[in-house]
Amino acid sequence: MLKFSEDHEWANLDADICAVGISPHAVEQLGDIVFVELPDIGLAVNKGDAVAVFESVKAASDIYSPAGGEIVEVNNALLDDLTAITPESAMANWLFKIKINDAGDLESLMDEAAYNAMIS
Amino acid sequence: MEKQRTPLYDFHIANDARMVPFAGWDMPVQYAAGIKTEHLATRNGAGLFDVSHMVQVELSGNGADAFFERLTPTDIGAVAEGRVRYSMLLNDAGGVLDDLMVARLDGRLHLVVNAGRATHDIDHLRQNLDERTKMDVHHGKALLALQGPKAAQILSSLGLDLDGFRFMDIRHFTLGTVPLVIARSGYTGEDGFEISMPANAAVDIAKTLMATGDVTLAGLGARDTLRLEAGLPLWGHELDETITPIMAGLRFALSKRRRKAADFPGANIILDEFANGPKRQLVGLLASGARPVRDGTILLHGGVDIGIITSGGFAPSLDRPAALGFVETHLATDGTVLAAATRGGETPITVVNLPLVPHRYFRG
Repeated sequence: MLKFSEDHEWANLDADICAVGISPHAVEQLGDIVFVELPDIGLAVNKGDAVAVFESVKAASDIYSPAGGEIVEVNNALLDDLTAITPESAMANWLFKIKINDAGDLESLMDEAAYNAMIS
Repeated sequence: MEKQRTPLYDFHIANDARMVPFAGWDMPVQYAAGIKTEHLATRNGAGLFDVSHMVQVELSGNGADAFFERLTPTDIGAVAEGRVRYSMLLNDAGGVLDDLMVARLDGRLHLVVNAGRATHDIDHLRQNLDERTKMDVHHGKALLALQGPKAAQILSSLGLDLDGFRFMDIRHFTLGTVPLVIARSGYTGEDGFEISMPANAAVDIAKTLMATGDVTLAGLGARDTLRLEAGLPLWGHELDETITPIMAGLRFALSKRRRKAADFPGANIILDEFANGPKRQLVGLLASGARPVRDGTILLHGGVDIGIITSGGFAPSLDRPAALGFVETHLATDGTVLAAATRGGETPITVVNLPLVPHRYFRG
């Protein structure tokens, strides 16, 4: 189940594990990314917590957790080459995975059609 | 409110610009290549910037020189025909109302002021105007900046004779049938040119420059990273009504004759700082690590607030984060290690001399 937040995160739920990334639109808007900070495995998070940071040449953007739970996996391979973070790769580049406490957290998010309508 | 558009708006859109609101204008922040690529292309070749949002003001009449001197610390009599000078409008507290370029061409003074301060500046000029001075605000002109080490050879290849044309010179030229006023100046730290032209010629001139194959379109994003590396102040960041030219490292802009006469706004405060040093002064700052430290970050020394970052971002030519900021003068020496109060704690940050990237102006 793929959903999108108003803050341009995507969340893909598989059983109780939710992979989180940022949308192609968000990557395009950020421009050249020069720094990424990802959370530590084991971190307990609430829905809406700022858990990661993307910094472009111009600005910093927080990445918010779309659900409460525990960070169980982090895609640190992304940090090896920030130039590989592109709009084209944005849906494949998950940032972290959360073992979620309550699937109801994701109900307020948009489906892809609604998200695309928001950014168009 | 509807944003103003420069004569190159459609050209920007056709070239995949990302437009952003800036000082009431719809301006390209970057093109498809991105800020880093545009920045490096300008440092290594030539970048073309639309700066038509900047406002051009002309002063003429017998009183123009005296009028200009009442508002600025510049010895305008020393600015000869065909020359450009960096100057600023000062308030009585010694603060900077705006910085500007002033040129003498055809016996008149031509000012270029920041878009974001244009309304303020024009009001300020008008309030101080006398009957011996005439002021004309030029709306609807286009201004392009061609910046970088290849800029001169590009203009030469189009048939412009740049013989004897040095940094801070200004002249009339003609390209095809289009009359141009070109100044050898800019705000990137590189050799370059600022080209003023009739609005209806702007797209053709831009296309002619692009057709040389050596020019990369560059937006406001690259303009900001380039001027940051060059240590050049931006009003609203390194300059404002509470910051003196001494604090901002602009002693060179205070003409000797004017310092002796002490007859410019805020002269008592500015001349005291000139002699005794300001409390805080502008420096370059390099943080440890890969994370940019942004504007507004407080700087600490021994846990005490001793400064603030005024422009912080990423410096593509240094391939690392870099910043400008003000620190207490006794700490404003190259190599002093301070701490930036970032969200995650304190980040070591080192004071460095400006510019961060050496200027490469063509002085002939």
